[in-house]
Amino acid sequence: MSTRQSTQTTPGAESALTPGSPAPEFTLARSPDESLSLGDLRGQPVVLAFYSADWSPVCGGQLALYNEILEEFQRFDARLLGISVDGVWCHKAFAEDKNLEFDLLSDFEPKGEVAGAYGVYRDSDGVTERALFVIDGDGVIRWSTVSPIDVDPGADGILAALGGLPEQEATR
Amino acid sequence: MNASSLATIDETDHTQGPDDAPVTLIEYGDFECPVCGQAYPIVERLRRDYGDDLRFAFRHLPLNKVHPHAAQAAQAAEAAGAQDAFWAMHAALFEHQRALEYEDLKGYAEDLALDTERFARELDERVYNKRVQADLRGGVRAGANGTPTFFINGVRHDGDFDFDTLSQAITKAGA
Repeated sequence: MSTRQSTQTTPGAESALTPGSPAPEFTLARSPDESLSLGDLRGQPVVLAFYSADWSPVCGGQLALYNEILEEFQRFDARLLGISVDGVWCHKAFAEDKNLEFDLLSDFEPKGEVAGAYGVYRDSDGVTERALFVIDGDGVIRWSTVSPIDVDPGADGILAALGGLPEQEATR
Repeated sequence: MNASSLATIDETDHTQGPDDAPVTLIEYGDFECPVCGQAYPIVERLRRDYGDDLRFAFRHLPLNKVHPHAAQAAQAAEAAGAQDAFWAMHAALFEHQRALEYEDLKGYAEDLALDTERFARELDERVYNKRVQADLRGGVRAGANGTPTFFINGVRHDGDFDFDTLSQAITKAGA
């Protein structure tokens, strides 16, 4: 791990799709025998969490935290999806090991195609940026952020963005 | 980077060090998280080194789906806290991170000469579950991003949490 403090500039942040853009459609594997299309989730907010790799040695990191607070996302009727370039079997083993209760999508073949469409693929090292997108029920990106690769973005930005969506205000 | 500000310390917080210390270090931690366990002696050393210049507060961020004993351990710390022994239990838990079963927790309560009947009843009834979950939700909304997450005077510490890095950040913040 780097000992550096993060800086304001995040390489890769410039190319990421910004609020107001339509979210590029995709269909990706969510398990060895099932796929999921973004369009099928129309009508509810979607949180896309691009992350670099399943087994990166982070204890209690980003995905574990999201897993712990799924109820907070559900309050907004939001569906959380993790995306990396790992294959379906890798995702399956990782999700089981970490008891993850949300889908991990495989942006595996062609590698990184969806990340590329969202402007968050790192050609230099073949993984995605640590990027978050909040998409509203109409399929429009309402919030996005790209974190330095060594800085875990947490969930506060996502929750604030979900809280700011007009139609899908808290269901309770 | 989203340096988050944090709500102020209030009387429900567990703190060590003077209220008027120039620097407040908040840890969002999980008693079963090994990295939090590594951070524990570092925080102790920081408290010794900075003395009255540092106030330390511990809040719960139990990641129970990866650390299945974490939530109950956090509740045990609160149950001890209700008997004025939060910090003693906090130490016992971090010093025995691999022994956090229900019977272990009761054993620590006994070692600390707590009212074990009350302690066990409060654990059974999950009296402090709400409090622990409130810490977790508040932490997440404040920008906590895993365990441990440190905030120094309200700003998330995104660097490493070895002694030197934390110490430099605390000194820079005014201690």
